[in-house]
Amino acid sequence: MNVHEYQAKEVLARFGVPVPPGEVAETPEQAREIAEKLGGKVVVKAQVHAGGRGKAGGVKLADGPAEAEEKARQILGMTLVSPQTGPQGKLVRKVYVTKAVDIEHEYYLSVLVDRANACLTIMASAEGGVEIEKVAAESPEKIVRLAVSPVAGFSPYLGRRIGFSLGLSPDQVKQFTKLLSGIVRCFLETDASLVEINPMIRTPEGEVVALDAKISFDDNALFRHPDIAEMRDIHEEDPLEVEAGEAGLNYIRLDGTVGCMVNGAGLAMATMDIIDQHGARPANFLDVGGGASKESVTAAFRILLRDPDVKAILVNIFGGIVRCDRVAEGIIAAAKDVEIGVPLVVRLQGTNHEEARKMLEESGLPLIVAEELDEAARKVVEAAKGGAR
Amino acid sequence: MSILVDAATKVVVQGMTGSEGTFHTKQMVAAGTRVVAGVTPGKGGQVHEGIPVFDTVAEAKAKTGANTSVIFVPARFAADAVLEAIDAEMPLVVCITEGIPVLDMLKVKNALEASGKTRLIGPNCPGIITPGRAKIGIMPANIHTPGPVGVLSRSGTLTYEAVDQLTRRGIGQSTCIGIGGDPIIGSPFTSLLPLFEQDPQTEAVVMIGEIGGTAEEEAAAWIAANMTKPVVAFIAGATAPPGRRMGHAGAIISGGKGTAAEKKKVLREHGIHVVDSPADIGATVAKVLGRA
Repeated sequence: MNVHEYQAKEVLARFGVPVPPGEVAETPEQAREIAEKLGGKVVVKAQVHAGGRGKAGGVKLADGPAEAEEKARQILGMTLVSPQTGPQGKLVRKVYVTKAVDIEHEYYLSVLVDRANACLTIMASAEGGVEIEKVAAESPEKIVRLAVSPVAGFSPYLGRRIGFSLGLSPDQVKQFTKLLSGIVRCFLETDASLVEINPMIRTPEGEVVALDAKISFDDNALFRHPDIAEMRDIHEEDPLEVEAGEAGLNYIRLDGTVGCMVNGAGLAMATMDIIDQHGARPANFLDVGGGASKESVTAAFRILLRDPDVKAILVNIFGGIVRCDRVAEGIIAAAKDVEIGVPLVVRLQGTNHEEARKMLEESGLPLIVAEELDEAARKVVEAAKGGAR
Repeated sequence: MSILVDAATKVVVQGMTGSEGTFHTKQMVAAGTRVVAGVTPGKGGQVHEGIPVFDTVAEAKAKTGANTSVIFVPARFAADAVLEAIDAEMPLVVCITEGIPVLDMLKVKNALEASGKTRLIGPNCPGIITPGRAKIGIMPANIHTPGPVGVLSRSGTLTYEAVDQLTRRGIGQSTCIGIGGDPIIGSPFTSLLPLFEQDPQTEAVVMIGEIGGTAEEEAAAWIAANMTKPVVAFIAGATAPPGRRMGHAGAIISGGKGTAAEKKKVLREHGIHVVDSPADIGATVAKVLGRA
């Protein structure tokens, strides 16, 4: 789960990470009030779950309260389009008003899980404020990486090793070590999967501050962090994906025309791949899970059909413990409940698939039945290309 | 022969008295597996489905001689269950549970390395089957048949699809292992391929990978350097967009790394038979075994 910058900074501040003071506003008037409280110059920052906000016009400097209000009015309600939002952009509903800080140097700092070595990795670079992927690709020697044992946790030497390699002065290294200690503790204690500070800055006065912050949390661990689970902003998610999640389905909307309903994530990806090989694009990833009951199949049809780009649907279920005849019952019942209206190709394989095929054929529903995976993909692609809604 | 499990394997089921545990214990027994004990804290002394239940894994192991544990414990308690099995020095632990927090798995991984006595398969996997002899997991036994092909996979139902293609061509399997769809797993491809290389029954291996991580690339290097038996591979997720998690927590393309195209390229460069279509797995195995 991702959170907004203001939420990430609130969490980091709990662990003693220095961040510029600021508050979130939903109206220009609130932005003015916050700027009055902060005093001096402020920065008004669009709060959306995407990077590249500055270049997209979502981050503006204001001289004082009146200008903060004006900038907030410009940013609130705008559709922010950056390389990370996709072409449709994201509607800005909140701005974060923070005290402006003078920058002498920008650094990059992040902590993430190193899956290959089963530890955490700290990544830091004196080349901050830019896309770290670019630095990694063009001059990887400018990125320092250090492993942190999840058992041992943080130790101050980590801060010293990285701090001195970034060219910080001894006093700044002390500040940095405290900041890094806070970030690592935050990571371990909140079950984060990524904490990224880009940029971390050094002010002309020699202070080390987290100027921006991004945190992703491990969805599987949210049960232990109800306060963080509450930070979820469903406006930032695709409404169909939210609805699917509520129905216990794993759905991701894509840009093609062939709707897919599959059991199991690996088979769902493989089904998308074979549709692509037959010359059409999958409209989605959808894993109905192990059960594939009447309820889950019905919910899945409803969600697939809400996507206006879907021109045909392929149901590909491998019946294992779940018998295919039971899945066929679910499909037939669901197809009676939901107006499908596009060609539907059904492929059931595995336990009791022959009975299932017979049931589908005898149901009188306008289904296209397929036996093999390749045949199913070919049929659904033909239907999507020829079929009208 | 086979790898890891056979008719002599004695299994303890952690979480046996729950609904999942009960259902799959019956299925495992029906498939010929010797389930000798269950573990549910607080239910020690009871008998469930004709099988004795113990409070701890250590006690179950001491009293029954179990050498393998299978875990059907809910995600929030599953890492603790694995740690308990490691502490009891259980040689083989199969964790079926999906959705274990990543930091919990980091601790498990460290405990595995520190102990050196336990091999973990999973989590988030269908388990292990040696057809006709033992099934330790949740896969449908009836689609499998004994034979010469070893199967390793990060996926569940996609593995069933591949196995079904083999069985329907009359090609059986030595042992099939779902290694798990999570970013942190107990046994990556490289730790299991050597077992298939040494197993006299296994003549070829099917390896089913996914986008995300570098496990397939590491396997490719190991295969090129050490493996004499042919390997047929499929990588799921060629159409998956970067930055989106495709169901499995491990299946995510991040920072341009871990794409299907890159993995397939590396596998091909190392002499592995890569199939682009998931429908061609069975036919390609038949070809490399000279049975086409």
